[in-house]
Amino acid sequence: MKEQDISRLEQIFQEKIDNDIKIEPRDWMPDRYRQTLIRQISQHAHSEIVGMLPEGNWITRAPNLRRKAVLLAKVQDEAGHGLYLYSAAETLGADREQTIDDLHSGVAKYSSIFNYPTISWADMGAIGWLVDGAAIMNQVPLCRCSYGPYARAMVRVCKEESFHQRQGFEIMVNLMKGTPEQKAMAQDAFNRFWWPSLMMFGPSDADSKHTAQSVAWKIKRHTNDELRQMFVDATIPQAELIGLTIPDKDLKWNEERGHYDFGEINWDEFWQVVKGNGPCNKDRVDTRRKAKENGMWVREAANAYAEKRKVRKAS
Amino acid sequence: MTKKEWPLWEVFIRSKQGLSHKHVGSLRAADSEMAIENARDVYTRRSEGISIWVTESNNLFASNPSDADSLYEPSDSKVYRHPTFYDVPDGIEHM
Ligand SMILES: [Fe+2]
Ligand SMILES: [Fe+2]
Repeated sequence: MKEQDISRLEQIFQEKIDNDIKIEPRDWMPDRYRQTLIRQISQHAHSEIVGMLPEGNWITRAPNLRRKAVLLAKVQDEAGHGLYLYSAAETLGADREQTIDDLHSGVAKYSSIFNYPTISWADMGAIGWLVDGAAIMNQVPLCRCSYGPYARAMVRVCKEESFHQRQGFEIMVNLMKGTPEQKAMAQDAFNRFWWPSLMMFGPSDADSKHTAQSVAWKIKRHTNDELRQMFVDATIPQAELIGLTIPDKDLKWNEERGHYDFGEINWDEFWQVVKGNGPCNKDRVDTRRKAKENGMWVREAANAYAEKRKVRKAS
Repeated sequence: MTKKEWPLWEVFIRSKQGLSHKHVGSLRAADSEMAIENARDVYTRRSEGISIWVTESNNLFASNPSDADSLYEPSDSKVYRHPTFYDVPDGIEHM
């Protein structure tokens, strides 16, 4: 294509974005827009899928049948979220198998929160409440993302997420009404998941190289720091209401700003976990890789069965 | 290990009797029956539908997005296709 043709197409594209007209799969789009979306959507999909592991760890040990049914339904939802998102990535021309293999080979990233272990039942509470809560903060603005299939997937996801956060908070509420041991368990889970939850919003704006372009393309509607602040403001009163102590000595309400001030995030820890050195990185990826390898015979059998049925129908 | 991927299917769901099926997304499955089963798990976990259609994505043919204007234009110039084009005398309420 001639250079002037491309710049004309780019102009039409940006006009659509500026006028809040969604971009659909077969529309012309700049290559960098496509690549940015493929990277973001597949990372998001991987996070949903890997995100099933820390909670899956507790399904067989849920304290009662109600909790077990709830946790099972939540984890199943996360599988669904992963599938909506892989499909959305495929509309951009991403190869699904390749996308998944990139996760397994360590090329692709996923949310680093899932590289922390879940060592007590209270972690199910902390994850639902904080991790899904942070995910909701991230995902609600994505419902208005400029790329149609991603935005539509997010609408479905957000509808399903709200029960995830509530069930987690309910676990915390109940533990905080319990014995001293139960309260200590809830506080311990909160202490361990609070800071990693704040890290879920990604590097601070000063260090986030993709933000400006993503905002211009309306893939992102808020910066990482804005979303993080929204999350802190929403969550602190909830923690205080049930009697949890926030593990941050610098945390205080700033009357002037109308927001909570909070302490410095340990960015060194953040980058270590992103680079693969978190407590569970290796374990998570190994588990996913094994799931694919050990399940391969099922996929092959299904292919063989489909083939056989086709032949039978034809004869 | 064979590399044969399950084909991609487009999923359409009728949310309730009386409404038409609407595209909700896509999925991978070995054949049409599995596609419907998977669609039930993936797209109707909260009673979103009472009927599912699936079709293999490569059986779907689409108009070219750059033709959108030529699809709309002729109808835009034919305003007489809309009831508001016509004068109705005062005193007539339902027409
Ligand atoms: Fe999710
Ligand atoms: Fe969730």
